[in-house]
Amino acid sequence: MRRVCLTITAMVIGILAAFSQNTPADTSGFKSRALKIDEVNILSSYYSQTADKSAVSGGDPGPRGIGNVTDLSNGLEIKLVGWDPKGRKNILTGGIGMDNHTAASQGYVDSSGHGKRTGTRIYPTLDWTIENEKKGTSFGLGAYYSAEHNYYHSIGLNTSISAKTRHNGEFSAKLTGYFDRIVMITPSELIPVDTANVTTAPTTDSVVYITTASGRTEALNYNTGQVLSKGSRVHIPSSSRDSYSASFSFTQVINQRMQGAILVDFTYQTGYLGLPFHRVYFADSSKAVVEKLPSQRVKLPVGLRLNYFLGDNVILRAYYRFYIDNWGVRSHTASLEVPIKVTPFFSISPFYRYYIQSASNYFAPFKVHTPADEYYTSNYALSAFSGQYFGTGIRLAPPGGIGSKHLNAIEIRYGHYIETTNLVSNLIALNLTFK
Amino acid sequence: MEKRTWYALALAAIAGYGLPSCQSVKEYQKSRLNDSEMTLGNRKIEKEELNFQGYREGSSGANGGKTGGGCGCN
Repeated sequence: MRRVCLTITAMVIGILAAFSQNTPADTSGFKSRALKIDEVNILSSYYSQTADKSAVSGGDPGPRGIGNVTDLSNGLEIKLVGWDPKGRKNILTGGIGMDNHTAASQGYVDSSGHGKRTGTRIYPTLDWTIENEKKGTSFGLGAYYSAEHNYYHSIGLNTSISAKTRHNGEFSAKLTGYFDRIVMITPSELIPVDTANVTTAPTTDSVVYITTASGRTEALNYNTGQVLSKGSRVHIPSSSRDSYSASFSFTQVINQRMQGAILVDFTYQTGYLGLPFHRVYFADSSKAVVEKLPSQRVKLPVGLRLNYFLGDNVILRAYYRFYIDNWGVRSHTASLEVPIKVTPFFSISPFYRYYIQSASNYFAPFKVHTPADEYYTSNYALSAFSGQYFGTGIRLAPPGGIGSKHLNAIEIRYGHYIETTNLVSNLIALNLTFK
Repeated sequence: MEKRTWYALALAAIAGYGLPSCQSVKEYQKSRLNDSEMTLGNRKIEKEELNFQGYREGSSGANGGKTGGGCGCN
């Protein structure tokens, strides 16, 4: 924790130094072709959750099902702007994020409960957009990579276009593909025997080499399970998960105080869509199996946004989403945020979000599924529940900066989330903007 | 009538009512519309909220975030 805070402090000092060169104001209208730093954002957040009935323990309502999680996330995003010889604005945005999490349920990937409970995810991104301000059009390309130790890695690619209409509208389309590799870490008691190298015929003293949930090899006494020695890390098989999305949005200025948007996504996923360390317990058995979900999923969310500037000091930000997929999940999301401008440069934004979903066709609680079920999961993210998320944010953005003229804005946001599944969480986030 | 048909009609009604009543707004009249808190997309500080909602809920998308893949979530 101390190392992370020192790292953030060093990043802030470095960014202020990067903006420290004073260049004279350019009044000639000349636009620099070279890419220059336009904006830098530092994002940091802390998430803490208490829950039970974790999917790793098959939805067990007992002590093994504790699903407490903490996540510390830090990110840096740098936006560079320049103009090409044709007078088009080029925007290059690079970012990197790092999440450090602890998860009580992760320890139960090993049936003893002593498995590794921490993890780190690193995810760099790169986006390039060309805007033709005369024509009101833009074209973009983006790439994303995410890696989580001993869990999965993902490559994402996207392309987008947008065009403005004559009447203050804008149409956008984006195609995205994520190509994930899920590392097949199964619960320790379910590691396939086929992956074991049996050195002799099974006897009382035979030795079996297996791959543990953390990827190490262990030599066990075949009959007693006694650990004889621990070896080096070996390769664990992985499965693919591919996700393709076509996203469309249309925004429209309605009047001097109101603007709205419609957002529609079509998503198709194929491959291994469950998680290999999620257990399911059948009704008549004390032994677990790995959850089994279909290898295809089609999603269709439709969202509406409406923002209205009420009076001189209050903004209403409303959002609604309807979601449907072919796994049986239907959901409604509605939220309202009300930024109140205490001064032109300081605002307070209370918000409230309500979410309700129906259960997937493949969900059942702990020890309800039977072997006759074709697909089965006890992951409560796919159950029927409702959730409420509420909190407030503050934003400070004086024209002369905060402390330094380059620290343009500070935003802090706190939210409290509760679900009818007994999940309760808190999130606090900080955003520093430098220009 | 099926629920899906009601939803589609409601969506069409909102679009049909909202769009024709749009006023012509000049650039100099957009001071309120250009306020940073009037942006129609998610702000950067909301990014982590989208992440945990993607992990804890069964639905995603239509909000500028991921619609699936790229994480160990749904």
